[in-house]
Amino acid sequence: MFSGFMVNAWIVATMVAVVAGIIGFFTVLRGSAFVAHAVPQAGFAGAAGASLIGVSTLAGLGTFAAISALSIGFLGKRGRHDAVTALALVFMLGLGALFLSWSEEYASAIYALLFGEVLGVSSNQVLATAALGVVCIAAVVILYRPLLLTSVVPELAEARGVRTHRMELCFLVVVALVTTMSVPVVGALLMFSLMVGAPGAARSFTDKPLGALSLSVGISVAIVWTAIAASYETDWPVGFFVGVLGAVFFIAGRGWVAWRRSAAGRVDSTGHLAIGPIQPATATGMNGEPT
Amino acid sequence: MGAILTGIFEPGFFTSEPVRVAVIVGGAVSLVSAVVGVFTVIRGQSFAGHSLGDLGTTGGSGAFLVGANPLWGFVTFAILGAGAMELFGARRPRGRDMATGIVLGAGLGIAALFLYLGTTHSNTTGATITILFGSMFVIRSLMIPVFALLSVLALAVVALLYRPLLLSAVSQDIASARGVPVRLIGALYLLAMAVAVSLSCVTIGAILSTAVLIGPAAAALRLTKRPGLAIAWAAVIGLAVTWLWILLAYDSYYWPPAGRGWPVSFFVVALILVVYLLADLANGQKARRAGPRAIASDKGPGVVAGRAWPSLPPEPGAE
Repeated sequence: MFSGFMVNAWIVATMVAVVAGIIGFFTVLRGSAFVAHAVPQAGFAGAAGASLIGVSTLAGLGTFAAISALSIGFLGKRGRHDAVTALALVFMLGLGALFLSWSEEYASAIYALLFGEVLGVSSNQVLATAALGVVCIAAVVILYRPLLLTSVVPELAEARGVRTHRMELCFLVVVALVTTMSVPVVGALLMFSLMVGAPGAARSFTDKPLGALSLSVGISVAIVWTAIAASYETDWPVGFFVGVLGAVFFIAGRGWVAWRRSAAGRVDSTGHLAIGPIQPATATGMNGEPT
Repeated sequence: MGAILTGIFEPGFFTSEPVRVAVIVGGAVSLVSAVVGVFTVIRGQSFAGHSLGDLGTTGGSGAFLVGANPLWGFVTFAILGAGAMELFGARRPRGRDMATGIVLGAGLGIAALFLYLGTTHSNTTGATITILFGSMFVIRSLMIPVFALLSVLALAVVALLYRPLLLSAVSQDIASARGVPVRLIGALYLLAMAVAVSLSCVTIGAILSTAVLIGPAAAALRLTKRPGLAIAWAAVIGLAVTWLWILLAYDSYYWPPAGRGWPVSFFVVALILVVYLLADLANGQKARRAGPRAIASDKGPGVVAGRAWPSLPPEPGAE
């Protein structure tokens, strides 16, 4: 399980999991899960087009991911964000279908981009993934505070002079970058599951931004490692395990929240102080739950 | 004149039985989708609408695997998905967004498994493509009653819930203050959407399904602020686009290289996008011409306030 070609798979999947955990945290916080679903699929169309005209798949993927992310950002300024995202997504998928029908011999290689080929990663891909991953993490570190502020309380950010729309565009570009980095390795669908499942679960366990962020990375890595091991043992696709494990962690998080809440309620009724670590943090509303 | 007509409608278009079925069924599903879609766009549930399509597709591949009728696979999984979203989703938009994402992620994982099992245990790779992109011309006329029944079901839910749906879309707080069971309304609507989306998925494919759900509705809501009129517009646009799609799909068998249909869904999706962008442009111009007066008069307590569609319910942490 740890020999030969598997080494690259473990390395690259860990890198993708770390980055997905970080970017996914902001994705979930901003309510941009749809964008995280749409941009990788647009990248899929770009890869199909690139293979048709014979240029690098990575270039096609990156170009299309960036175009779709920016057009969602610009069109979404005036209209409803989610409707525009849906239209951009179906347009790109339609384009991808058209490209695929023109180049039938490449179809299976391109379908691999949807579901990923983590077990067939070359050393060059490891380097490219690492480089793009570092860029993504650097971008998040630089933008950390304004990004967090615009995600949690946009009105306050606006009042403090942060350009919320510009921040949104920056974030979309980072999502496009992550897509370019991860889709050739783990596939568009798996990437999406990672970016939503792990942070969604992490936010149930803690309300502190940094805590949730690190927990999100931890869960994401755990999901990927378990999924690869399980896939190696059973031969079933990695994407299946990632998707299902994401949901399992999320449900566990929900269960934890419910248990904590009922425990807090019990303490309350007996007259003890129930203002544990959850209460003040919930008041900031980071969890999106009614206080 | 006759030559032009035969140029547009290639021979046999009006006499072919599959075409007739496609026109009826395709028209019905796009009509239902467009009407249901108006509320999807108003309520900001495009992501859920799209995800239900993907989940239905998962069910379709599952049904294919066990040899059942794909329609039931589509409908069952879409409804199950809608139930799970409702179960996990908080009432706030961001919680809903995350719940949708989780359900979609799990669904896609299961789809990957089904496709893997499908390609290793049986030798039919073409099924993936048919399921993803749909195929209108394989519907048998036997299925028409089932389609009609499910279409009527989805439309009936929307018609019965018309006012509470609009009210809870604009403000959940006002709606619950007036005694509207917001949660129940939301769940029923999600169910109607699941039925509408799975119907369109099985006939016109997952891509076009989202396109006819969101595209005509989003364009219509750019053209008019009145919900009733928007539904009418959406229905007209949806029907026109779907029938044009059927015509192009049929005709393309006669285009070079002959004997093989073109993947015309791209042109239809592009057309929908263009219609939306034009409507958006027209809306922008209208708003500019009307100037500040319109914005001031929009502040009334009507259902449709503001320049664009009602803004999202308050963000978490705003209160």
